[in-house]
Amino acid sequence: MDIVNSPGEHPPNSRQPAVTRLGDRVFLGMSRGSGILLLVIMAAIAVFLTVRAIHAISLDHSDFFTTFEWNANLQPPSFGIAVLAYGTVVSSLIAMIIAVPVSVGIALFISHYAPRKLATPLAYLVDLLAAVPSIVYGLWGGLYLVPHLQGLNLWLNEYLSWTGIFHKSDPSSAARSLFTVGILLAIMIVPIITNVSREVFRQVPKAHEEAALALGATRWEVVRMSVLPFARSGIISASMLGLGRALGETMAVATVLSASPVLSARLLDPVGGTFAQNIAAKFAEADNFGRDALIASGLVLFVITLLVNGAARLIIARRKEYSGANA
Amino acid sequence: MAKRIDVSGLSAYYGNHRAIEDISMTVEPRSVTAFIGPSGCGKSTFLRTLNRMHEVTPGGRVEGKVMLDDENLYGAGVDPVAVRRTVGMVFQRPNPFPTMSIYDNVAAGLRLNGSARRKSEIDGIVEKSLKGANLWNEVKDRLNKPGAGLSGGQQQRLCIARAIAVEPQVLLMDEPCSALDPISTLAIEDLIGELKEQFTIVIVTHNMQQAARVSDRTAFFNLAGVGQPGKLIEIDETQRIFSNPSVQATEDYISGRFG
Repeated sequence: MDIVNSPGEHPPNSRQPAVTRLGDRVFLGMSRGSGILLLVIMAAIAVFLTVRAIHAISLDHSDFFTTFEWNANLQPPSFGIAVLAYGTVVSSLIAMIIAVPVSVGIALFISHYAPRKLATPLAYLVDLLAAVPSIVYGLWGGLYLVPHLQGLNLWLNEYLSWTGIFHKSDPSSAARSLFTVGILLAIMIVPIITNVSREVFRQVPKAHEEAALALGATRWEVVRMSVLPFARSGIISASMLGLGRALGETMAVATVLSASPVLSARLLDPVGGTFAQNIAAKFAEADNFGRDALIASGLVLFVITLLVNGAARLIIARRKEYSGANA
Repeated sequence: MAKRIDVSGLSAYYGNHRAIEDISMTVEPRSVTAFIGPSGCGKSTFLRTLNRMHEVTPGGRVEGKVMLDDENLYGAGVDPVAVRRTVGMVFQRPNPFPTMSIYDNVAAGLRLNGSARRKSEIDGIVEKSLKGANLWNEVKDRLNKPGAGLSGGQQQRLCIARAIAVEPQVLLMDEPCSALDPISTLAIEDLIGELKEQFTIVIVTHNMQQAARVSDRTAFFNLAGVGQPGKLIEIDETQRIFSNPSVQATEDYISGRFG
């Protein structure tokens, strides 16, 4: 057995091929194959979406990006994504504003503050919550959360209606608004963000925490000086996972929101819609062309997700020099 | 700004396991005291009881007294955070904060506990501390670069600068050179010789030549067997310990007959 040649390394000054072993070749083939398969699937999805979407948009009688209504079944068809894009982005934004700080707090509590006896069951509980199907959250949201958020809605309307966004046009209407959707989405994505963040917090090297402790840092200062900076990119990744779920959530939105093609800055009004909710609502009654139109809206959602992810990667990469990951 | 440490009847535990038993010793101010002994004898654990870092480990607790001049570090109502400000520590592996610049690393301790200082004042302390750690000339042109970009030896001196910036009374060093090459080790040893003019220094080392080179007094720790608590065998002038120790076990260890 030639012990100099390890697989994949060619010995210098030698024209002989490196020794290869069957196991290595099989494994290389399998991993390379999986990688290629992934690219093929991605390309297939992209091509499928793009071809059908372009077909639909080319026959759209009104402007695809600025039209409020979705009437793909009319002759001529007239549909647009303005309300859907607005509703999707706004409800996800509300969800992120609520969920990220709460999740980071829960994760920090589990990893750094709670006694072990409490931390272990708590972590387990969070994992469990992450596994609850979204239809269950949706049913709970539609039947329980909507009536119980009415009080908060009215309170916001009374004290914060001067901001405009918390002005409720008809105080007697149910809380089937983008705001409620945002809160429900926040509840849904807290477990996943918490879960990933906690994993990152646990990986903070003990040496960094002891460095802060030995300088005379309090527990919070240890968290601020060594834990949070180290975990920063991990928190961003966790948030992106949560955001992905929020952007694409269907059933939970469909059970809560009274969809109507109105684009309103008043978050408490029962109007609006999101991409996923619109697709779910219109898919059954859509003919072939109507489905292509819905696919076009799905493609826009896809692009939004890509943009958000790209932006997150930029943020992470910009401070790579200071990243704790390579220390 | 150097204080005497007076330890009496000190034992430290991990849960129910007693790691060190009944240690009493005096550490003189403005001097270097070295702790030597075989692995597992509890010298690092003992070092970490001197700034109340031991109790950070889950299950870690301490019995006995550690007097810093007139103050018992384990007295009722003593804040461990305040203790660690007074008794600084340098670790085995250099551990600058990876997300901070060289400047911010040194200034890190100054910005703790809500203490607000003027920028110019912090600038001055950072420069003084880096000079004190013999690092200023190497980094003065790149204070805003990340601390993690320095070499291992420079990083360890950065950690020393960070520790002395808060002006502690005592500086604890837990095998500060064990991850460094010989040249960086020499630089740290020279530095220790300068720092003892101002600080009380306690250093744990596995390197007996190092103990002989840098310390004024040396303490030898040993343990009776695996799972037994570590004990202080003797503490004396370094020269005595290495030439004519009063306990046979010390001589056996130093002459390499065991351990």
